[in-house]
Amino acid sequence: MRALDPRLVRRARPVRLLLGVDAALGLATAILVLVQATLLASIVARAFDGAALGELVGDLVALALVFAARGILGWGFEVAGARAASSVLSELRLELVARRLRGQPLALDGIEAAEIATAGVQGVDGLEAYFGRYLPQLVLACLVPLAVLGWVGAIDLTSALVMMLTLPLVPVFMWLIGRYTEERTLARWQALRLLSGHFLDVVRGLPTLQAFNRSRAQAGVLADVGERYRRATMGTLRVGFLSGSVLELAATLGVALVAVTVGVRLAGGSLAFQAGLTVLILAPELYLPLRQLAAQFHSSADGLAVAERMLELLEAPPAVRPGGRLVPPSPREAPVRLEAVSFAYPSRPGLVFDGLELELLPGETVALVGPSGAGKSTVAGLLLRFVEPSSGRVTAGGVDLADCRAELWRRQIAWVPQRPTVFRGTVAENIRLGDERASDRAVRDAAVLAGADRFVRSLPAGYETVVGDGGRPLSAGERRRIALARAFVREAPLVILDEPTADLDRTSADVVAEAVERLCAGRTVLLIAHRPELVARADRVVTLAGETAVREEAA
Amino acid sequence: MTAATRRLALLAGVPRPRIALAALLGALTVLFGVGLMATAGFLISRAAEQPSVLSLAVAIVGVRFFGLARPIARYLERLASHDVALRSVGTARARVYERLERLSPAQLQGRRRGDLLANVVADVDSLQNLHLRGLLPPVVALVAGAGAVGVVAAILPQAALVLAAGLLIGGGVVPYAAAALARRSAAMQAPARGALSAGLVESLAGGAELAAYGRLEQTLETIGAVDRRLVRVARRAALADGAGEGLRLLVAGATVAGVLALAVSAHAAGGLDRVLIALLALVSVAAFEAVQPLPEALRELRAAVAAGERLLELTDREPTVADPADPLPLPQGRFPLALEDVRLRYAPGERPALDGVSLRLEPGRRVALVGRSGSGKTSAANLLLRFVDPEKGRVTLGGRDLREYRLEDVRRAIALAGQDSHLFATTIRENVRLGRPDATDGEIEDALRRARLLDWVRGLPDGWSTLVGEEGRELSGGQRQRLVVARALLANAPVLVLDEPTAHLDAATAERLIDDVFDAVGDRAVLLITHRPEGLERVDDVVALAGEAGSAPRD
Repeated sequence: MRALDPRLVRRARPVRLLLGVDAALGLATAILVLVQATLLASIVARAFDGAALGELVGDLVALALVFAARGILGWGFEVAGARAASSVLSELRLELVARRLRGQPLALDGIEAAEIATAGVQGVDGLEAYFGRYLPQLVLACLVPLAVLGWVGAIDLTSALVMMLTLPLVPVFMWLIGRYTEERTLARWQALRLLSGHFLDVVRGLPTLQAFNRSRAQAGVLADVGERYRRATMGTLRVGFLSGSVLELAATLGVALVAVTVGVRLAGGSLAFQAGLTVLILAPELYLPLRQLAAQFHSSADGLAVAERMLELLEAPPAVRPGGRLVPPSPREAPVRLEAVSFAYPSRPGLVFDGLELELLPGETVALVGPSGAGKSTVAGLLLRFVEPSSGRVTAGGVDLADCRAELWRRQIAWVPQRPTVFRGTVAENIRLGDERASDRAVRDAAVLAGADRFVRSLPAGYETVVGDGGRPLSAGERRRIALARAFVREAPLVILDEPTADLDRTSADVVAEAVERLCAGRTVLLIAHRPELVARADRVVTLAGETAVREEAA
Repeated sequence: MTAATRRLALLAGVPRPRIALAALLGALTVLFGVGLMATAGFLISRAAEQPSVLSLAVAIVGVRFFGLARPIARYLERLASHDVALRSVGTARARVYERLERLSPAQLQGRRRGDLLANVVADVDSLQNLHLRGLLPPVVALVAGAGAVGVVAAILPQAALVLAAGLLIGGGVVPYAAAALARRSAAMQAPARGALSAGLVESLAGGAELAAYGRLEQTLETIGAVDRRLVRVARRAALADGAGEGLRLLVAGATVAGVLALAVSAHAAGGLDRVLIALLALVSVAAFEAVQPLPEALRELRAAVAAGERLLELTDREPTVADPADPLPLPQGRFPLALEDVRLRYAPGERPALDGVSLRLEPGRRVALVGRSGSGKTSAANLLLRFVDPEKGRVTLGGRDLREYRLEDVRRAIALAGQDSHLFATTIRENVRLGRPDATDGEIEDALRRARLLDWVRGLPDGWSTLVGEEGRELSGGQRQRLVVARALLANAPVLVLDEPTAHLDAATAERLIDDVFDAVGDRAVLLITHRPEGLERVDDVVALAGEAGSAPRD
């Protein structure tokens, strides 16, 4: 793990600000460490020489205040870290959402969307630990040992040399042992993931195991696997914990060495008591920040992982270029064509199709059929400019759509996807997605045409019923009909319907099929379907059969 | 320790001596640190009086001993505590599984089965922190704190009182105060986080439609506003975070100053040798190491207990189906199976999933059960395999109530190939073998052949040793269903229940699959549950389920 991702520093202004604040707080902390040790040593030394309590009260109060001030600086580190974490994450997630929605609106499914939302919102907890605890510790690990060494050197050069002797041991040993254990630790994490995965698999399949009377036998298997894993893990930990122990050893031996050498020289009279005591008190402070850094290492890895995941997502190239400035022709008069279009998904090998030709003449209904995976929905994505053709072009009246303003082009299209989204809001608001300014009357009419009016009116609050996340659940057929109502209210010349009756039972499918027929009248329609009775209503049928094979027939 | 914590400690049970060992080693680690500073402080003070070097020998040996012993104790403590953690998660996994395994599949399915089971796995994993980070640190703090107080008490009893009070406040009050502040901060942020998450998920998942309907910029603005609100709340909440660390140092400072003041006045009054002043001061500083992990421990304990309580809620459920006291043997040879006017409800007060349904399956006959989605077809399968019992009416096998047989016998007599049947992340062969673990390779091959999979399997580079991936992800929908059918065929039960074997398949694939299955079943009785037309021409009887009862557990 890198200590700090340079992309993060470059990209996020709050990170740079935080680094400045942390540096200042770290410097102040380092000074207070020195002040605290000096003060403590001076109080003890003066008491040693017989000072009365009255003479020391001022110093004792000052000592308590120095502790308190260190507490306030520690609090400052955490507050600054938490504030930076929430600002950084806000910056990243807003940029990510904007890029995703503008650049590749089609590329997300529900799972990935939930993952981004979780990382982008809940991820702040991990990032707070990273910014609020790890980063300050990193600053302190750089500043405090230097300050301590410098101060000790000024008081007693011999002790400073003893300390310097033990200090370089720390990183060298950690590096050596770290390298040795890295591979093993990796294997252990993999084992843990496998073990959890295995448990999840068994638990998920429990009903199936029960159906075949195999569930009891699995209990023993689980216990065996767990025990095997424990033994293997303890084996790696025996080595893995050595690096931490070397650090501890260096720290305690360093303190012991300083104590003994200081003691011997005090006894010989070559060192003053207060100086010796100050050095002894400072000795553990030399190693403490390093030890705490090691302790924070793992808990903060989560935080950095969140940020890096967001950065990775941000660096993904958009699926579609921002369009040109031309005003696109209307599909009402202009034919829409796919001209020698090839398409490949960046994440998958091979072409979805190659050299595809397709023409939609004004007013005609073209059915697009083919096996799943042949790229039917991709054609819809190309027409909507959600994705860019790998080669070839998509035109309207001979004008390349890539040269046109995407939002003006999309305004002429009503699209009913295979799995329509119902947004949180009322039914009326959901239908108005098709046309923001539609009157209540227009919304109602569209619902009637979509075959949705009857079920909507049976809802508790009719058109004002809240649906979507947290609202009233809708069946697949009901969602489809609301999406069709959106298309009706839009009054767009080009309609794209993606499998409008898939996964519906017979009755719902019939209602939707009738609505589709009404929607097709007088519009240019691309109908993606495999149900024969829907296809039969098309003027033409185009079959996509993987790669180049395109068959056309009159219906 | 609350009742829930006690029950969890039982669920994640570890032999007591191992816990005691880990706690002892933890306490020794802290105490050796205290000892190191105590002997070092004494050594330096004594040395300042410039005695013969020989009289310092004991103190020098002490310093060296503690310097070496502490890292060793720390190393052993980490091994012992991680061993406890691994054992506890292993035990918890096995015990939770044993409890879940007794429940009926219908109790595990539920509407949000995916969530439920994924949570079980995550919750069991988080139990490894119950001892390691939750219960051990307070025990260690108590023992080590008492040890340090004991050392001070032997020297200056009134200073021990101050140290004890300081440790109690620092270890008892401060963590709770920090936890209360953190809870307040989380409560402040929760609604804003929830709103933003929901908004992000919705707009990312529905991004294509927002783009198609020209609502991108509007949506981005709305999200930006919600985001700004969260950042504002979070920045305010940040002030509360990290207050714990500040408070701890405040208490530590006051305690050290207090102990020193008492030491100074005791020395002035002649009740304390001056060489012990430094020792008292350094022991007080070092003793606070014992309470440092406690705020974190409280957090971890609460998280582990919350996870554990979810588990206990699940494992406390009583099985809804169980073996009778005096079970009947399965009838010899072939037998009829029937639903007789059954009513089924998954939870009291819910709408019945099935009501007044009768169905008869004679030996060797093929019956189709059809109905629209949500009409309770899967519930019929659940009744036949006795995943659930009817509220009214009865299910009979050979004329006798299903409840009179052992569960294992019922499930041996009826094989289920369901739409939810699980494919385990192992090889093709092991997935099929689950149907009958003692089957020979030849019989497995035969089952694959009859499900029309053998040619495909033979064409794979690894043959039937090919891994199917998590939930069969490496296979196509049709291959998955065929594998499930092959498994049910291998079980060699006289009755085969096929629950929506063609769901999610396109029409042509579905037709081929159904044909192949009917060719393969031989003279078994078959119940085909479906909402699609494929296969209906090949059954003897069609039973239609009317109505939309609609509370069958479906994903």
